[in-house]
Amino acid sequence: MTTNFILAPILMHMITAIVLLFFWQKVLIQKIISIVGNSIAFLLCLRLFEMTLSQGYLTLQLGGWQAPFGITFISDTLSAIMVLLTALVSLAVGIYSTASLNVSRIKYGYFFIFHFLIMGLLGAFLTGDIFNMYVWFEVVIISSFILLTVGGKKMQMEGAIKYVTMNMLASVIFLTAIAVLYGITGTLNIADIANKITLVENKGLVTVTSLLFFVGFGIKSAVFPLYFWLPSAYHTPPSAIAAIFGGLLTKMGIYAMLRVFTVIFQPDYFTLTLFSIIAVLTLITGALGTINKRSIRRILSYLIICHIGYLIAGLGLNTELAFVAVVFYLIHDVIVKSNVFMISGVIVKMRETVDITRLGSLLKDYPKFSFVVALVLFSLVGIPPLSGFWPKILLFQESFKQENYILLAGLIVASFVTLFVIVRIWSEAFWKISPKPITEEIDHFAPFSLSGKIALIAPIVGLAAVSLIIGLNANSFIKLSEKAAYEMKRPEIYINNVLGSKE
Amino acid sequence: MERNRNNERLDKTILRTSTNYLLPLLILFSIFLLIRGHYLPGGGFVGGLVASIAFVLHSFAYSPTQTVKMFSIKPFFVIPTGLMLCFLSGMLPTLLGYPFMSGVWFADNVVAIGAFGSALIFDVGVYMVVIGVVLTILFTISENT
Repeated sequence: MTTNFILAPILMHMITAIVLLFFWQKVLIQKIISIVGNSIAFLLCLRLFEMTLSQGYLTLQLGGWQAPFGITFISDTLSAIMVLLTALVSLAVGIYSTASLNVSRIKYGYFFIFHFLIMGLLGAFLTGDIFNMYVWFEVVIISSFILLTVGGKKMQMEGAIKYVTMNMLASVIFLTAIAVLYGITGTLNIADIANKITLVENKGLVTVTSLLFFVGFGIKSAVFPLYFWLPSAYHTPPSAIAAIFGGLLTKMGIYAMLRVFTVIFQPDYFTLTLFSIIAVLTLITGALGTINKRSIRRILSYLIICHIGYLIAGLGLNTELAFVAVVFYLIHDVIVKSNVFMISGVIVKMRETVDITRLGSLLKDYPKFSFVVALVLFSLVGIPPLSGFWPKILLFQESFKQENYILLAGLIVASFVTLFVIVRIWSEAFWKISPKPITEEIDHFAPFSLSGKIALIAPIVGLAAVSLIIGLNANSFIKLSEKAAYEMKRPEIYINNVLGSKE
Repeated sequence: MERNRNNERLDKTILRTSTNYLLPLLILFSIFLLIRGHYLPGGGFVGGLVASIAFVLHSFAYSPTQTVKMFSIKPFFVIPTGLMLCFLSGMLPTLLGYPFMSGVWFADNVVAIGAFGSALIFDVGVYMVVIGVVLTILFTISENT
């Protein structure tokens, strides 16, 4: 079905950003506008999600130019899920930022850039044109660079430069891949490429191009040999910014991989083996990276890498059930990862540090908060029946069925290391008696006004509740993931919806 | 030193006199570029650059503070206004039932401009954004030095 509504979430964030620019440096008004804009955008995304589920694929040919020539926007189940997740996380982080960030950052246009970042993410999830996807990626990179550097200290600059250098490199590779693809098929529309690429005789070139895409997206989503920029960049910015980065930015690369390797390329045996090997290495190196770290933020950064391995593993297995697991894992991971970064921000406010050796007594001082944190941390590990359990068990099952035992071993080792690390965070930061007495100077949380405290805690509780719902209501989420996986395994539906079916 | 300062003043006399004539000419030329942009080389971006060059020239000849005085609003606020125009030009066709950003045109040609449509509104938005950005950068730098 063709509808302009598909653009509504993107345009809502754009108009919010523009209105924010009119109120430059007016902190209170900016906060209000941002929350209102985020809320409306969330409702629009919810409506888009519901429309996509009930009416099937939504498409729009931008500017009325017909499909292979103009820019297509398309929302299938996978896009709709990603859009809804983005909107949810953006709403939560938006509210959280109003209290957690200092005034100078907001004065220098934090919310303005934040909305542009979300707009870029939504655009990347909804576009059906490979070059347009590149443009949205650039919007995201530029916005995230500003978010990383604004109010920059030296350490922050160092992380930002690594981040930008690596992402620029990724963009160049991505762009090269697009150029080669355009050279061999003569089109940029994803559905049209998918049609024409089957006619290309030089299969070697097609495989090379697909691997170029894999490298480009791999850098962005931090897979095995190319992940080192992530831990050095993600632990420096304020926790609100890290939450949006940790939750969504790496998943954008994964989404792009899923799209490219289901619709355009049909991976052959070699590519799938490569995915499996890289998945195992990502899982193991990410997991090992967490063990000797003491800062919670650094541990979480390595956990992001480790858990990207699960998603690549699903891509490597490449069966419908594996895709169910990948989609479910995406839903779980986006919500939980954003949440743990917000939690780390609150811990900084309470104790001035995230070094687990210097933390302690959090359970005694904040029992209710600790309960929520426990819920989030244990869904991250995947203790049944919380949300991380279901996709992991599906992945184990599928790799066992495929007799891919090395991958299975990698998945299990990574799970155990995650469990070990999370238990360590819990026992050190929450259970242990604090090594030094807590004075009023350290506690920056108590002086917050009631509304400030609500703005800090409510998003965490909200996302934790969503995680809990996903875990307890896993059946309907598996159904949803099955629908997405069904569509991913059948690219011809996607193609027919963009180009119109050929009778 | 004394001679140098004299020289500078002399230079400025020529520059200031010519700026007084060039400023309106450059702005007219930028509007010309803006309007012809839909079918011929030109458009909002180039037009905006030419217009901001006019103001940059003025700030060289006089001083940035005097250039700012020519604006009744801060140049910064030209940016969101321009963005808003771009946004609205994209929204306009959706009200008529076309896809976002379709080109809609008035049936009759307008005098001196030719065909008038949503694309021109978009270009005017770009024009304003470019002017706003260039002038904001310029004045921020000159404030800090």
